[in-house]
Amino acid sequence: MLRLPSVRLGGLVVRRASAALSSPVRMASHGNVSLSHSEVSQTVDMSQPMYWDRVDTPLPDRRYKDILTDSEKSLKQKEKGPWAQLSKEEKIALYRMSFLQTFPEMKQRSDEWKTVMGGIFIFLGFTGLLVWWQRIHVYPQRPHTFDPEWQEKQLQRMLDMRISPVEGISSKWDYEKGQWK
Amino acid sequence: FQNFASRLSCIIVCFPAPLASRCYSHGKVETDEEFDSRWVTYFSKPDIDAWELRKGMNTLIGYDLVPEPKILDSALKACRRLDDLASAIRILEAVKEKAGPHKDIYPYLIQELQPTLTELGISTPEELGIDR
Repeated sequence: MLRLPSVRLGGLVVRRASAALSSPVRMASHGNVSLSHSEVSQTVDMSQPMYWDRVDTPLPDRRYKDILTDSEKSLKQKEKGPWAQLSKEEKIALYRMSFLQTFPEMKQRSDEWKTVMGGIFIFLGFTGLLVWWQRIHVYPQRPHTFDPEWQEKQLQRMLDMRISPVEGISSKWDYEKGQWK
Repeated sequence: FQNFASRLSCIIVCFPAPLASRCYSHGKVETDEEFDSRWVTYFSKPDIDAWELRKGMNTLIGYDLVPEPKILDSALKACRRLDDLASAIRILEAVKEKAGPHKDIYPYLIQELQPTLTELGISTPEELGIDR
């Protein structure tokens, strides 16, 4: 993801990244850091089963947390018994052990479009400034042949020469009456 | 070849041959009941392993349909055999997502699955408060 240098936009990035990552614990597994939305620095061993949050793949190849603490291991043992005995918090903990984001978290809208549109308009504006400078400093003077008086004389000359008399301009001029048809 | 494929799918229960998606004009079209029972059988395998559960679920979610309650029932029981509560909750989230804009499908599914949910002690995402 492109990191824009502006501080304001950087703030947007940080806010968006922290909104997306609701889990405070980033567990390492297989010696690799699980990829977050903002960190792309570590290489990932793609020959190992990977974890990802995808709406169309609800059960990824591996659990999110591979390396469990002792309390998590004991909770996993408790999971082998009747699930009705688990409290709500334990069930949520088990879910978070296996998955990083819930479906609603995955589908969260971000404000990235504002960054994108802002960038587009900034560059369009900058281009507009360039074009305006070019018009002032680069373009030559407006030719005198664009003046209305010259244009009239030019048109009269065209009619006198019978330019395009069949279907073009002279065919539209009524020579007897001296006006347009 | 069609006969061989259908016999093969009967023998090898763990891999459902996608007969319904073949584009033969002369071939047999699988009925909804056959589709449902094929998937119920898939998840009902007593010694199903975690990979098969994941593969089955991901494939099922890939189809352009919301699975019938009996298929999900079978899948949830498979989660129980594998001691995997997280996957069971994930399955409920996934089918809610599959229903898309049709908001009345998911409550119907939960209503149909309620006996199994209480029997196995599975909480819905709503009960756990993770549906926001």
